[in-house]
Amino acid sequence: MSGGVDSAVAAARIAEAGHDVTGVHLALSSNPQSYRTGARGCCTLEDARDARRAADVIGIPFYVWDMAERFHRDVVEDFVSEYAAGRTPNPCLRCNEKIKFAAVLDRALALGFDAVATGHHARLEDGVLRRSVDEAKDQSYVLGVLTREQLAHAIFPLGDSTKAQVREEAARRGLTVADKPDSHDICFIADGDTRAFLAERLGAAEGPIVDALTGQVVGSHHGAYGFTVGQRRGLHIDRPAADGKPRYVLSIEPVSNTVTVGPRSSLEVTSIVGERPVWNGPLPAEPYEPITCTVQLRAHGEVYGCRAQVSGGELHIRLDRPATGVAAGQGAVLYDGDTVIGSATIASAA
Amino acid sequence: MGAAYLDHASTTPMLPEAIQAMTAQLGQVGNPSSLHAAGRRARRVVEESRETIAGALGARPSEVVFTAGGTEADNLAIKGLYWARKRPRILISAVEHHAALDPAYWLGDHHGARVELLEVDAQGRVHPETLREAISRDPDDVALVSVMWANNEVGTVQPVRVLAAIAHEYGIPFHTDAVQAVGQLPVSFAESGVDAMTVSGHKVGGPVGVGALLLARGVDPVPVLHGGGQERDIRSGTLDTPAIAGFAAAIETAVARQPETAVRLSALRDDLIERVRRAVPDVVLNGDPVNRLPGNAHFSFPGCEGDALLMLLDAKGVECSTGSACSAGVAQPSHVLLAMGQDGVRARGSLRFTLGHTSVEEDVDRVAAVIGHVVERARRAGLS
Repeated sequence: MSGGVDSAVAAARIAEAGHDVTGVHLALSSNPQSYRTGARGCCTLEDARDARRAADVIGIPFYVWDMAERFHRDVVEDFVSEYAAGRTPNPCLRCNEKIKFAAVLDRALALGFDAVATGHHARLEDGVLRRSVDEAKDQSYVLGVLTREQLAHAIFPLGDSTKAQVREEAARRGLTVADKPDSHDICFIADGDTRAFLAERLGAAEGPIVDALTGQVVGSHHGAYGFTVGQRRGLHIDRPAADGKPRYVLSIEPVSNTVTVGPRSSLEVTSIVGERPVWNGPLPAEPYEPITCTVQLRAHGEVYGCRAQVSGGELHIRLDRPATGVAAGQGAVLYDGDTVIGSATIASAA
Repeated sequence: MGAAYLDHASTTPMLPEAIQAMTAQLGQVGNPSSLHAAGRRARRVVEESRETIAGALGARPSEVVFTAGGTEADNLAIKGLYWARKRPRILISAVEHHAALDPAYWLGDHHGARVELLEVDAQGRVHPETLREAISRDPDDVALVSVMWANNEVGTVQPVRVLAAIAHEYGIPFHTDAVQAVGQLPVSFAESGVDAMTVSGHKVGGPVGVGALLLARGVDPVPVLHGGGQERDIRSGTLDTPAIAGFAAAIETAVARQPETAVRLSALRDDLIERVRRAVPDVVLNGDPVNRLPGNAHFSFPGCEGDALLMLLDAKGVECSTGSACSAGVAQPSHVLLAMGQDGVRARGSLRFTLGHTSVEEDVDRVAAVIGHVVERARRAGLS
């Protein structure tokens, strides 16, 4: 229970359904003040208090579990080292994979519980993950990394409701978090300034911005990790490109600290390789022959028709039409309609 | 059947005598400082309560200064004596409650105090030689010594009388926090020789939010609360007549029953220890095995997380404590256990069961029935 409206209503629903429910709030920082303050966060003292109050109102026991060390190691450090390696990680996805449905689930199972329920907006039917009925709030993408085993011990009570319905129900149940704003951004970056957060941990080192077409240095930056593939703003390029068109980040090379930019057309990719594939959907086995499905390449991103298959332990995806801004480190989640078939972490795209 | 409440050291149910004395005052008007009849009536209740408390604790009525609880009394003793004495060193045991330790640290951070922790042995006891050595490094520089009567976590009883006598050899005032001791051990302010003693209402079956600092004649701390000059200018604030009446009734009752309480609770506690040991053979009993509070049993369960044990026991209707301080509800390893030389891992796997006036054999039965299974479960969950 994060202290937000979704997990509060999720807890209320399963308690009402007759499950023996215990509320758990995760302490993700040993110094909660250092994390985001105010209503948008998910790990402040205020959030812990909101979660406790919700549990009081629902009438379930409530505990804070200290996951600060695990979170720091598996999510925060992973986040920093992924950026340092020139990739663009999704920490929420990592948190689901390593904390909520690993560290927390393992502990819960050992302590005699059967499942972990969360307030994610996604449906789970017969162990298969589906998008929420509220497409705008759907979170199946950040759950796509979960294995069949993890999903077998997961409950998502909100998948059949829209966010508006959840808020309305919270108000009806007397939960004070009914009007609490949605959380956004990354919970462990207090001021929302990811670049400054990374600079503090990775240091600032000047490097070149190179135009892919001419090979010329067209600007400089203070750390390649501050960039994401597909980024257009904030490049501070000194001179206009030869073709007069805007420049986008095409690639990030951490070893030489080089950011390569080019025209939008160079961003377009149709072939994606993913590592660590997970098959958690209705398929009986890994597809060694190409299957026709759709793929989502970032949170709340567009969906592309594609053909996907596994070979050499990697997931190979061929898109039906070009995509732009495909960043290594993000998840590629495969869908059949609104059903999740599997996922992988994007390693490269061309 | 209700839950087995085994957390009396955090708070204990109010005694019927205290409820009666307190409720009898709740509908009455009168500020004890007012000069009219209503004020005089309230003043009489307060002064009779003061006499009752003084009588029960071997003090003179003029030595009782009412406060809003144990934390305030500790703050008044430590800050007030430090400021009054104008000397830099505070000698305080490493196993004090935060209500005593934190004011000392605060004085260190903001008012130039040098806080020196008196080490304890593996059972949590301050040795007289430790105190003597600490004082004799520079006796003239010591503002005060503070060592609790009995530890709230592990139950170890300190040799307060001997320690106070050492401090007095050097003319240094000695404060003791006796909130856990009153009602469980014989406590006499005068016989103990201490100069300042903290007492709390809700630890002895009185209401929450009232306590007292007993101050020997001639010991004058600088006030922490300034205002109307109540309590001989040492503690300003309107006296809480109903709470004080309930507090006095609780002290009187608890102290009168202390000998039989000690016998009864020790027997229950020993039974609890024996049966926990039988269910969990590798359990470790913390604190002094002999010189401990009659109602205290404090264990370390190797390979377990204290939080997990507490949660599982709570689900089985056993209410106890990990005995450690929480901020966002995240348990820190107990400073008491760390001071006793335990490593952080063992310290995190500990639980405190504390018995009190409502404890019965069935409470112990409940623990005995579930502890083996609960420890097994918690062990499977391991140390996160």
